[in-house]
Amino acid sequence: MTQAEIKLCSLLLREHFGEIVERVGALLVRAGAQPLRMLVGDTGLSLEQVKKALCVLLQHNLATFQLPKRGGVEYEARAERVLRILRYPRYIYAAKTLYGDTGELLVEELLLNGKMTMSAAVRKVADRLTETMEDGRTMEYADVSSTFVRLADTHLVQRCPLLPEPPQGPPGPAPTLVLDEKEMYTVPRLNLTGRGKRRRSCEEEEEEGEPRAKKQKADGEGSEPPPEDDGIYWQVNLERFHQHFRDQAIVSAVANRMDQTSSEIVRTMLRMSEVTTASGAPYTQPLSSNEIFRSLPAGYNISKQVLDQYLTLLADDPLEFVGKSGDSGGGMYTVNLHKALTSLATATLESIVEERFGSRCARIFRLLLRKKHLEQKQVEDFAMIPAKEAKEMLYRMLSENFVALQEPPNGHQELPNGHQEPPLLCPTSTGTPTLPQGPPWHLLRAREWSGLRMPLARSFCSRVTEVSCFTRYTDSE
Amino acid sequence: MAGSGRGRGRAAFTFNIEAIGFSKGASLPDAVCKPPPPFPSTDNKPVPLKTGEDEDYMLALKQDFRGTMKKMPYFLAVEEEREAIERYSKKYQSREKEHAAWTPDWRRLPREMKPRKKMKKASVKPRKAKSSDPKSNLDVLKKIEELEKKDDEEEKSEDEKDKTKDKEGEDDDEAEEPEEYDEEEHEEVLFFGFLFTAGQIAVIELCVGCQPNVPSFSEAE
Repeated sequence: MTQAEIKLCSLLLREHFGEIVERVGALLVRAGAQPLRMLVGDTGLSLEQVKKALCVLLQHNLATFQLPKRGGVEYEARAERVLRILRYPRYIYAAKTLYGDTGELLVEELLLNGKMTMSAAVRKVADRLTETMEDGRTMEYADVSSTFVRLADTHLVQRCPLLPEPPQGPPGPAPTLVLDEKEMYTVPRLNLTGRGKRRRSCEEEEEEGEPRAKKQKADGEGSEPPPEDDGIYWQVNLERFHQHFRDQAIVSAVANRMDQTSSEIVRTMLRMSEVTTASGAPYTQPLSSNEIFRSLPAGYNISKQVLDQYLTLLADDPLEFVGKSGDSGGGMYTVNLHKALTSLATATLESIVEERFGSRCARIFRLLLRKKHLEQKQVEDFAMIPAKEAKEMLYRMLSENFVALQEPPNGHQELPNGHQEPPLLCPTSTGTPTLPQGPPWHLLRAREWSGLRMPLARSFCSRVTEVSCFTRYTDSE
Repeated sequence: MAGSGRGRGRAAFTFNIEAIGFSKGASLPDAVCKPPPPFPSTDNKPVPLKTGEDEDYMLALKQDFRGTMKKMPYFLAVEEEREAIERYSKKYQSREKEHAAWTPDWRRLPREMKPRKKMKKASVKPRKAKSSDPKSNLDVLKKIEELEKKDDEEEKSEDEKDKTKDKEGEDDDEAEEPEEYDEEEHEEVLFFGFLFTAGQIAVIELCVGCQPNVPSFSEAE
């Protein structure tokens, strides 16, 4: 975690949870796993406040606790998860495109509350939808439940780790929550009948000035029987959303490079491998041409031959998005996920250099990406740029940390090699971000593909490690 | 000494000038005498931000989300010191919080998270100072009735008032300072932040001209 990322984490926590949680969270991100006493001591807050802040962080899956060998409980913040708060609007919008307003509100409620039981989520969303509907109409719980079940089936929401039952032995300082892989997406059988309620405005006005009335109301709610799915909490499965974005990026890349039909074919292939392929896999499971033909969406009336031609074309493309892995079943094809992401990342980087420095610098940069190490003279020759200008361009890129200078290991040769280093957006591990001295974080759009906003697989280009572009929406506030 | 800085004593670089690409004897670029301008003009302007219907909707979602988060019980704000004069704008700011109380599922959390009963009375819910005051009053009242035998009602109410004041002083960790203190010095705006940085505390105290009062809340713990 670099200084800039830590600062971003604390700003996000302050914006969404307030100063108290920010202090606790920032300390956890900076210092690693800490027990409660150290947190109280280092933040300067009172014990009660630290406890509340930790409860909030644990509820929202931003922190975890563990039981180290020496006893006690240690708390650790999940800094990457805090940074995902930036993407919440994107998740909600993706749910909207996939499952409509109901899906959108379900995901939004789950993100607002961290984790919820299914019955609570369904009830809240039904109430919210009922309010927006026309007078007299209400939203049935059954509709919202069915959307929830669909979200769980496509793995967009998942169960949180459960308490082991029955409780084993004397209770220790902290429960150990177990996660059953098989049960992560099974929806409990609930009998949720009912409809959404509108909040009556007259009730609201009465409550405003009277905290006592509020207390009585709260007590009244507590006397209801515990819900049937008590203890089964659901959370949003961010990894699945990232997979969805990755698939979208690949499909739109294919559409830009080739045509709409080939992008539909790739989309079909990706949809078929949604639940069978692990998220970090380098390529999808092989799919036969016959299967793909059967699974194409109904609107596409292309013949089998045309499909085969498209697949051959995709497999022969130098970008290697689709690969052929066998000939049985009319040809076995896979989508090369890592290769596709590599090319997308490379294109983004090249586009950034081009927009920032010009097309000739971009030519030099592409050259360095391909050849890894080059001497000054070689750069001039390969790029076909006059020496003086090449020197100037290289120096400009060097001053902004896009390329780096390296002495060759053998001593007798003292000429410099220029080699491409991780690009500006990747902070180095020493903690100092290699950002240029200009306005930071402005979004640069790749010319061919829309701006990538997701972390990419680690094992692609030999030098480029992880690229994540931070976005900042213009804020009218 | 003779010849220093000229002729044979000409300045030389400590490294081989050919390493950077300047051939021997070629003119070096101009020496830089002042810092570079803060906003140099660039030939290549950045690409405009991506806009469109999707992005507008996501922007609206983001602002909506931020606004809603501020009203949730998860938002732990610093309690501001109660102002002596109620501002006109307060009437129009929403003081109502959605879901005023939130209780985490204690079974899923480490045991040390749960507030201990002996220090707090009926504070299983993390509570805001405003909404909790009447609750703690209520419980304190009950406790007093149970523990002490009151004959005189006035006596009882006086004791209650004292007890609640003390209780707020001890238990209200969120409030910046005990109420007695507040009443005594209500003219000075003592804006406490144990959450403010030291620099800000210094600035505020300079503005107000009061003595730093940091130890008081640590006594209150």
